[in-house]
Amino acid sequence: MFNKTNALIYFLAFSSGFSIMGIELLGGRILAPFFGSSVHIWGSIITVFMLSLSFGYLLGGKMSIRQPSLTKYGLIFLVASIMVLPIALFAQPIMAFIFSHIEDSRYGSLLASTALFFIPTIILGMISPYSVRLLVTDRERSGQVAGGLYFVSTLGSALGTIITSFYMVLAFDVNSIIIGFATLIGSLGLVAIVVDSLAKKEVVYA
Amino acid sequence: MRKLAALYLVATALFASQASAEIIHSERSLYRNILVEENGDLRCLKFDEKTRMSSQSCMYISKPKQLVFNYTKLTFASLLMIDDPKNVLIIGLGGGTLSNVIHELYPKATIENVEIDPAVIKVARDYFAFVENDKVTSKVQDGRIFIKRAAIKKQQYDWVILDAFNGDYIPEHLLTKEFFEEIKSVLAPSGIVAANTFSSSKLYQHESATYHAVFGDFINVSTTENSNRIILAGFKHMPSQQQLASRIKKLSPQLSPYGIDLTAISEGMASTKDNQDWPANTKVLTDQYSPANLLNF
Repeated sequence: MFNKTNALIYFLAFSSGFSIMGIELLGGRILAPFFGSSVHIWGSIITVFMLSLSFGYLLGGKMSIRQPSLTKYGLIFLVASIMVLPIALFAQPIMAFIFSHIEDSRYGSLLASTALFFIPTIILGMISPYSVRLLVTDRERSGQVAGGLYFVSTLGSALGTIITSFYMVLAFDVNSIIIGFATLIGSLGLVAIVVDSLAKKEVVYA
Repeated sequence: MRKLAALYLVATALFASQASAEIIHSERSLYRNILVEENGDLRCLKFDEKTRMSSQSCMYISKPKQLVFNYTKLTFASLLMIDDPKNVLIIGLGGGTLSNVIHELYPKATIENVEIDPAVIKVARDYFAFVENDKVTSKVQDGRIFIKRAAIKKQQYDWVILDAFNGDYIPEHLLTKEFFEEIKSVLAPSGIVAANTFSSSKLYQHESATYHAVFGDFINVSTTENSNRIILAGFKHMPSQQQLASRIKKLSPQLSPYGIDLTAISEGMASTKDNQDWPANTKVLTDQYSPANLLNF
């Protein structure tokens, strides 16, 4: 039941939860120079994250129907990693453009967080339902598996929040932390793909 | 001995104030608790209910002209560095004291107050006689956004006063190199920035390094009895001794009704030119790296 592949899936789900909340937390820091630090900044960020996660759950669930595999799972991580990078690379020009076109900082911050976080968070949201699909083997245990998975990924989110806000902002630039998250989820995606192809080879040779 | 006596006086005054202070207004705003406390002749605006230590602004009810806080007085050191200001920008309203005094001193000057919390503006009007008219305006906005928009509109100010920090919390996006560069871009050629800061320990060094990175050498204004310092930055030339002396002579009669002793303040002014009191490798705070509140212990 609890083999090495499953452990890897749990660890990946943990890391995606960690990264999502780390990025969300840095969102406030990224938006502040253009849109301030009022409550509506957090309103914009949390709205966009919740909305894109909800779409991500739908999409991830749908994608898990047809021939689910660890390779496809790893691909989600790779794509997410690539989509996170623009947050570090293009945030400045994107926010400057929005700032000069929208006077009201509520809608400015909402649009800016949509532009920066919507797509990467949708893709990160796909991970949870897809993990359930890969882990569930029988119906009786499906609830338990889903519960364990939520536990692991939400624990990751809690740790991602506290470690980012307490320690990482003291040690690194915002962009370095974002690129760090992208590197983490990208390399974990690669690991999943490699593990899957090795496992397939074993099957062929066996 | 005199010090001890002074300490005793302060202690009894504090004790007395705790005993007879009366809260005449309190409200919870979007950002904080706001209290107006009255204690004999002293009326104070406070943000923290528990400690009641950090008064944001105070006023003597019988002598509203007389400034209560040392740091408010120190801010007027700016006037030794510039000629009569015409366009003044104040970030962080408090009780509106600075705005009121500057308006009385320079009735023709345009004064724009920017305050993030609408409730603070209301309390300043209702309890601290904050004056608004065609020369003095207030706007509810984040200071950073206001200055960015002002820069786009190519506005220029000859006196920018930053007073947005309270004792407990520093808005971190208002203490970065990029923000100071934005301020620099709205500063008139002969203008000056005056920043009231509460920073201590490690943050003091980062703050100094950040101001220095943008404005070059600046002036610290502080008097020993108080941990606040006012940073004066953005000026092109250090005035000569004669210039200083003549400005002190000219302004002293105008400022003494407010309890501002320019001679004493000028003695508390020190340029960083010969006295850089932070390590050369201190990290400059930027939008990318600004853990100001974590550094301020």
